[in-house]
Amino acid sequence: MSSQDIPEENLPAERDHAHGAVGVADEKNPFADPGLPPHEHRIQDIDERAAKRSERAVAFLFTLSMLATVGFIASYVAIPHDKSVFIFPLGHISALNFALGMTLGAALFCIGAGAVHWARTLMSDVEIADERHPISAEPEVKAKVMADFRDGARESALGRRKLIRNTMFGALALFPLSGVVLLRDLGPLPEDKLRHTLWAKGKLLVNMNTNEPLRPSDVAVGSLTFAKPEGLEEHDHEFQTEIAKAALMIVRIQPDNIKDKRELEWSHEGIVAYSKICTHVGCPISLYEQQTHHVLCPCHQSTFDLSDGARVIFGPAGHALPQLRIGVNDEGYLEALGDFEEPVGPAFWERG
Amino acid sequence: MSNKDDRRKAPAGERVADWADGRLGIYSLAKANMRKIFPDHWSFMLGEICLYSFIIIILTGVYLTLFFHPSMNEVEYHGSYVPLQGQLMSEAFNSTMHISFDVRGGLLIRQIHHWAAVIFLAGMFVHMMRVFFTGAFRKPREINWLFGFLLFVLGMFTGFTGYSLPDDLLSGTGVRFTQGAILSVPIVGTYISMFLFGGEFPGGDFVARFYSIHILLLPGIMLGLVVGHLILVFYHKHTQFAGPGRTNKNVVGMPLLPVYMAKAGGFFFLVFGAIAAISGIASINPIWVLGPYRPDQVSTGAQPDWYMGFAEGLIRAMPGWEINIWGHTLVMGVFVPLVLFGVFLGMIAVYPFIESWVTGDKREHHILDRPRNAPTRTAFGVAWVTGYMIMLIGGGNDIFATHFHLSINAVTWFVRIGFFAGPVIAFVVTKRICLGLQRRDKEKVLHGRETGTIKRLPHGEFIEVHEPLSQEALYTLTSHEQYAPAEIGPTVDENGVERKVKRGEKVRVKLSKAYYGEESQIPKPTVEEYKEITSGHGHH
Ligand code: HEM
Ligand code: FES
Repeated sequence: MSSQDIPEENLPAERDHAHGAVGVADEKNPFADPGLPPHEHRIQDIDERAAKRSERAVAFLFTLSMLATVGFIASYVAIPHDKSVFIFPLGHISALNFALGMTLGAALFCIGAGAVHWARTLMSDVEIADERHPISAEPEVKAKVMADFRDGARESALGRRKLIRNTMFGALALFPLSGVVLLRDLGPLPEDKLRHTLWAKGKLLVNMNTNEPLRPSDVAVGSLTFAKPEGLEEHDHEFQTEIAKAALMIVRIQPDNIKDKRELEWSHEGIVAYSKICTHVGCPISLYEQQTHHVLCPCHQSTFDLSDGARVIFGPAGHALPQLRIGVNDEGYLEALGDFEEPVGPAFWERG
Repeated sequence: MSNKDDRRKAPAGERVADWADGRLGIYSLAKANMRKIFPDHWSFMLGEICLYSFIIIILTGVYLTLFFHPSMNEVEYHGSYVPLQGQLMSEAFNSTMHISFDVRGGLLIRQIHHWAAVIFLAGMFVHMMRVFFTGAFRKPREINWLFGFLLFVLGMFTGFTGYSLPDDLLSGTGVRFTQGAILSVPIVGTYISMFLFGGEFPGGDFVARFYSIHILLLPGIMLGLVVGHLILVFYHKHTQFAGPGRTNKNVVGMPLLPVYMAKAGGFFFLVFGAIAAISGIASINPIWVLGPYRPDQVSTGAQPDWYMGFAEGLIRAMPGWEINIWGHTLVMGVFVPLVLFGVFLGMIAVYPFIESWVTGDKREHHILDRPRNAPTRTAFGVAWVTGYMIMLIGGGNDIFATHFHLSINAVTWFVRIGFFAGPVIAFVVTKRICLGLQRRDKEKVLHGRETGTIKRLPHGEFIEVHEPLSQEALYTLTSHEQYAPAEIGPTVDENGVERKVKRGEKVRVKLSKAYYGEESQIPKPTVEEYKEITSGHGHH
């Protein structure tokens, strides 16, 4: 279609035509193709001593390679796998890894260098020209193929017997569905899984480091404390998946400094608990600046203001960190007063 | 070979070859290929680097499968790396620790595997640039361009699934990032995430699933593509740069046997040797420093392998917009980068077809363009690379900020503006440079090469002596093709009936003008111009 819209004259003249046949420069065309330049001999082509030197160089490289392989095996056997050496400027590195890498590298590199040197100095370097042939078939070939195809198509009667054709297409179109159906059990449906975490009313906030339930007095001003719900242990089968949603971040802020009303309500004596999982794409937040009460996600630098409802003040996160409503139980431990009210972590279509 | 005496006399090698020929027809195959000619240019080695690193990856990958356990069951570490002893980790991490510390040479193979992956992708990137800027993607090689494109994209995902396997703190963070990006997809995002991870993140399945994708599915497809890619290179025969004796109808160089057998075979060992040495010296992905993955822990300065850096940049630069309507959330801040990621890569795939549509050229092209002689294409390429590089910088915005003592805010804004302005500036500047170089070539052809010798004329003026170019040089500098911009054809047909000019045609004529109009190429010197200057008053 497109070739018809563009007239031939817009295409450049083909280079072979533009300058006529290969020939010497003449009065008529100083830009003519002078043809392949004459071959220039290398020193190895004319001086047998130089060729011998090249031969020795190649053999030397191949011999080095053999020695390096012996070195590799010797290192493998002799060097203990936990020995480290100091090598400037690399510092302390595994002696075995270094020795194996260098010997293997040398063994391979010398084979390569030998082969390339051999090719460059001793093998013929006379340039040869090969013809190219057009890729498209000749018109007769094409005509034959088209005729064959028409014969085949006619003999199959696919065009005439529509019933066969249509049911066949139907069958072929349907059967892959079985394959798709088989993928169903790859995973459960989302349902409301992303909306719930292990937090529930009465669950104690357990310090991630000490594994002890937290009291308000354990949360000092200016420090960032990480917590998990009581009952969730590292050895639990579902630990990774549960902590990926339940991880909590606790700080203490002077109640007067809390700007958000709901935040103040959901806090206990200025102690606030927020989801540790960034609302951008889910990294755990780990950096806290105590003067400003800003927390920073190290992955893409989203910054949240914990004194103002954890709203986003910088970076690619799209919404504030969810807050967990907390209080203190009869025994004086910090407890959750329910689950998060909104999903933690990255946003998704059904989040709303 | 019917004669018994003959058979007895034939050397063993020949007899084996005869045996194979009777079954496989190897002589006909060898006739066409054994002395096949390959042209020489340093940039033609880039593809070889890709091929060899791919082979190295497969060899070392198979070795790793002998020791790696693709399981997320939690175990306690009891290997010889003391700082992690007693810690809980997945079997995947545990077995990678085992490979690194308790299998002799295991660390070396792991590092070769990873270094080769990094080099494989870098090689493909540069190789692709070579093919692009020289116009080697033109007919008949468009399909091979697509094969290469697919290899690049699949290589990115193979690399990503690979470095996720050890289940360490860094790669887990990358997997989490991917899961967050999947969640952002409207309507189906949560479903895809649940199906991919077998439930909620991280679940207990993804290592095993990534494993079969990483070692079987993607490498299998890639192997097929690599073989297809090479068959097509053989079939089309290699392109060559213009030069005396090199035409569109021949290929000039040296034969496969013996020269390229030795050079290319030798080059495989050079690449392998270099990667082995690098892996002996430079550690890559030291998972023991990072520790096992925990969804509630993270290391600062987390960076993916370089080839994923531009995706990282897109996601860092995009403002965190979220649209909430009718109880649904459109997570623009994550979804837009995801789409841009696809679009940016997709541009690579479609470019050859756009250019051939603009030129309307249906001929075969076997002579490479010098980038300067295709200014608009070259400018597009440089614009794309600029966008890519700016995103790569964006992916390391924290590293740049701390390293150069800038505020992260400033770097992010630089990247945001740069994403739009950078490619435009690069386009304009590149085109100008190309035109400048074309002018210089023309100058050289018409007035000869500057010799650096200064001569004083009788009347006292100083001039630089210009030496006329050899015929080889003249040919090389003037043989490139130049298109004329397309025009809208007559709007009335033979019968005087007005024809409607289709929108497509208008767009194409516009593009063609932009590509080949007066502002976009310097008409190459003509024989007449040359003669007038050389025959006339010599130099001036
Ligand atoms: C085709 C391109 C491939 C690429 C780009 C690639 C890349 C990677 C990367 C970057 C890693 C992480 C290594 C680390 O630092 O720990 C990896 C791990 C691994 N790869 Fe590949 N790989 C490829 C093909 C293969 C093949 C064909 C196999 C096996 C037949 C394989 C087997 C493995 C195994 C078992 C691991 C995990 C062990 C470990 O991490 O030490 N890979 N791959
Ligand atoms: S995951 Fe926190 S900023 Fe991206």
